[in-house]
Amino acid sequence: MKDLFAKKITFWKLVAGVLILGGIVSAVERYSLGLGATTHLADTFPWGIWIGIDILVGVGLAAGGFTIAGTVYILNLERFRPILRPTILTAFLGYVLVICGLMADLGRPWAIWHAMVMWNPHSVMFEVAWCVMLYTTVLALEFSPAVFERFKLERAKNVVKTITIPLVILGVVLSTLHQSSLGSLFLIIPSRMHPLWYSNVLPFLFIISCVAAGLGMTIFESFLSARAFGRAVELPLLSDLARVIVVVLALFFTVRIQDLINRDALKYVFEGSYQSNLFLLEIVMGVVAPFCLLLFRRVRTSKTGLFYSSVLVLAGFVAHRVNTAITSMEHWPSRVYIPSWQEIGITLGLAATGFVAFSFMARYFNVFGEGAHGNVEGSSPKITLRAVASK
Amino acid sequence: MGKSKGLLIDVTRCIGCRSCAVACAEANHLPQEEASELSATHYTVVKSLNNDQLFVRRMCMHCNKPTCVSACLVGAFTKTDEGPVLYDESKCIGCRYCMQACPFEVPRYEWGSLTPRIQKCRMCYERVVRGEQTACAAACPTGATLFGDRESLIEEGQKRIRENPGQYINDIYGLTEAGGTSVMYLSNVPFEALGLPINLPKEPIPDLSWRVLSQIPKYTVAASVLLFGIRWITARRDDVAKFEAAERRKNEELKQAAYAERQRR
Repeated sequence: MKDLFAKKITFWKLVAGVLILGGIVSAVERYSLGLGATTHLADTFPWGIWIGIDILVGVGLAAGGFTIAGTVYILNLERFRPILRPTILTAFLGYVLVICGLMADLGRPWAIWHAMVMWNPHSVMFEVAWCVMLYTTVLALEFSPAVFERFKLERAKNVVKTITIPLVILGVVLSTLHQSSLGSLFLIIPSRMHPLWYSNVLPFLFIISCVAAGLGMTIFESFLSARAFGRAVELPLLSDLARVIVVVLALFFTVRIQDLINRDALKYVFEGSYQSNLFLLEIVMGVVAPFCLLLFRRVRTSKTGLFYSSVLVLAGFVAHRVNTAITSMEHWPSRVYIPSWQEIGITLGLAATGFVAFSFMARYFNVFGEGAHGNVEGSSPKITLRAVASK
Repeated sequence: MGKSKGLLIDVTRCIGCRSCAVACAEANHLPQEEASELSATHYTVVKSLNNDQLFVRRMCMHCNKPTCVSACLVGAFTKTDEGPVLYDESKCIGCRYCMQACPFEVPRYEWGSLTPRIQKCRMCYERVVRGEQTACAAACPTGATLFGDRESLIEEGQKRIRENPGQYINDIYGLTEAGGTSVMYLSNVPFEALGLPINLPKEPIPDLSWRVLSQIPKYTVAASVLLFGIRWITARRDDVAKFEAAERRKNEELKQAAYAERQRR
C-alpha cells in the first residue's frame, strides 16, 4: 500500500489495479450472462462466497466501527479518539462494499428497494436488511464531520455533533442486532448444516467473533495506514485493543466448545473428515494461536507480533464465516461448491476497491488528524502526504 | 373457503407411470421431458428406487407453517387458506434465502435467466379454488396420489395402515415433520430410503428464528437505556473530576492567598 498515490507505479498499486479490473470484467459478465453462466451456484447450493465472504465477512470486519465509537463516546475513553475516524471510515466503506456485493448476488437487484416497503418482520433477512440500511446511514453521519471540515461547513458539523451520542448509541444497538442476526439467518437450516457449525447459539457466536474481528481489523488497518501514509502507529492504543481481543477470543472459544459439548458434537472434531479438518484449522489457527500469542505482553507490545496476531484473528474470523455459510453445507461428492473465477473476481475486486477507496478518502479528508498524538496534528493530510512523498 | 387441502402419496400404489409429471407439465405449461430431480421446469418428478421396484414422487410439501414464508424478507411467499404455498415474483428480490431455508430443498431457481424467478409446485391453486383436484391427482391411475381435505387424508392414511397390517410403516410422513405439511407420504420402506429428510424438528421451523426475532423490541429498549446510562455515568464522572480539580485549584489559591495575607501581616 506504500506510496499508492505517488506518481510511480508500485507493486501494490499494480495488484490493486489488476484486481479491480478483474472485478469489473467479472461484474460485466455477471450482469450480461446471468448467475447461472457466471457462478457455480446451483439449486443445491444457492449461496456462495458472495454471501459467505462479501457479506458475512464484510459486515463482521466493519464491527470495529461500533466498538471503537462505543469506547470513545459511551465509555468516554477519549484516548482512543486517534483511531476513531479511520475505524469509522473502514466500517463505512465495508458496508458500502457489502451492499455492492449484495447487488451482484441478488437475482433481481433492481428490486432491492422492495425491502423498504414490503415488510415481513418474521424474516431474519428483513431485520438484517433494515439494520444494514440504517447502520450504513449512521456510519455516513458519524464520518460526515470529516467531510464538513473539508468543505468548511461549520453549521452542518455542529448539527451532527449535537446528535453524536444518540447516533453512536443507535449504531451500537443496530450493530449488535444485525451482527448477531447474520448468525440467526442459519437458525432455520438445522437439517442441512454440519453439526460442527449449526447451533442455536449462532447469534451469540457471531456477535462475539465480530468484536474480535472488528478490533483485529482496526489493528490491521492502523499498520497499513502507518505504512501508506508514513505515520507512527498508535502502539499503546493497539496493545490495549489486543488485550481486549484476548478476552473476546477466550469467550468465543469457551462458548464454542461448551456448545459442542452440550450438543454432543465434540465427537465430530477429530473424525478426520473434510469438515473436521476445516473446523480444526478455524479453531487452532484463528482462535487458539492468536489467543496464545497475544497473552504475552512481549507480543502485544511489539509491532510484528501485534500485526501478525491480528492477521491470524482475521483469518480465523474469515474461516468461521466461510465454514458456517459454505463448508457446513457441503457433502462430498454430491454437493460440492467451488467458486467460479467471476465469483472470486468480484470478491477480490471489491476488497481491492476498499483499500483504494480508503486511501483516497484518507487523503482528501482529515481522517488521522482528529485528536491525534501522532505526527499529523495541525497539518492537513495532503501536506503530510507530500512530506512523505518527498522523503 | 373450505378446509385446508392436501395430497396423500401412497408409495406402495405408485407404478412409476409418470402420469402425474406429464399432467403437471401440461397444467403449468412446462416442457414435457423426463427428469430425476426437481428444477425450474419440473415442479414434480418421479424417482425410481431399488431398480424400478419402488417409485416416489417429489414436489413442494406445502408446509402448514412454511419456512419459505417466514424467511422471505419481502413476503413473496404466502400460505393460502386452501393449502397451497404460493410465490409472487413481483415482490421477489432474488436473495434465495427461501432456497437455503426450505427443509425439503424444494424452491428452484431460473439460473439461466437475467430476470430469474423461483419455481415450484403451486398445488394447482386455481383448480383447487374452483373446487377441482390437482392435475397430478386427477391423472393418477392407481390412487397413489390422493387429493382431499388434509384432515380426511390423515384419516384415510391411518385407515390404510390399520387395515393392511405389515404393508406400511406405522407412520404418516408430513403429519408432524417441520410442524406438519399438506403433502404427506405413506410408505412400506423407511422414509429415509425414499430420500425424505428425517432429521427435521417436529415444531414449525420458523419458530426457531422467531424465538430470537421476537426479542428485538425488548432488546432495543434495554440496550438503549443501558448505553445512555453508561454514557451518563462516564460523562458525570468526567464532570465531577473536572469540578473537583477546579475546587482543588480554588482551595489551593485561597490557601495561598491566605498565606500571603498572613505573611504580609
